[in-house]
Amino acid sequence: MNLSCKEATRLLSRREDRALTLAESAALRIHLAICRGCRAVAAQLPFLRRALRRYFDGLHG
Amino acid sequence: MFVLTFREQLEALRPYLLRYASLHLRDRDAAEDAVQETLVAALAAEAGFAGRSNLRTWATGILKHKIVDAIRRAGREQPLEDEASEDEFAALFDARGHWQSTPAAWPDPDGALESKQFLAALERCLAALPPRTARAFLLREHMGLETAEICKELGISSTHCWVLLYRARMALRECLEKSWFAR
Repeated sequence: MNLSCKEATRLLSRREDRALTLAESAALRIHLAICRGCRAVAAQLPFLRRALRRYFDGLHG
Repeated sequence: MFVLTFREQLEALRPYLLRYASLHLRDRDAAEDAVQETLVAALAAEAGFAGRSNLRTWATGILKHKIVDAIRRAGREQPLEDEASEDEFAALFDARGHWQSTPAAWPDPDGALESKQFLAALERCLAALPPRTARAFLLREHMGLETAEICKELGISSTHCWVLLYRARMALRECLEKSWFAR
């Protein structure tokens, strides 16, 4: 299965919420190996979670 | 020595609690109601607070429950319609689903976390999300709910739930890129 970047980013988001199936994660791995843009997003989505945690920690004082 | 009563200490937290509730609920009246309910519940539970160190953290814990209650009520009253247009991702992807403009890795994301200006930029990006998208995203990321619970609270299908979370993440990453990382 050849993923488009749109499909790959959808899986990257889903990965933050549940485990991917074996087929999904194999397809994603292949796509990430050849796509720099999606690799960047793959690092940015987990970062968003950390940033949000930091933001709320600051808000709570 | 001048000592604030428990009620006064709680009252002093009101602006913070209101800001917190508004961020989640995106509705001034609903946020004020949730804060009011929280202050009433907190006053009634003063004994429950005894011995804990941080009133703000304790009150925020109560407010979180009130916010989820409010979202649950709103989900029952008015089922969610889709906020996004058909081609919401057209600016990001071409007809074949490839990047219109390929994202680049962000320079020094960990350093950004230490910056107050970055956290302010994040707050602006959160505030720019459509209200329901923001609610779903914060239920997941901040309240730590599982997607199945979020769908239930918001009264939407699981497919719609995934779309909301995906939309929120893509919009936030784009907003942060424009307003911070690519400055």
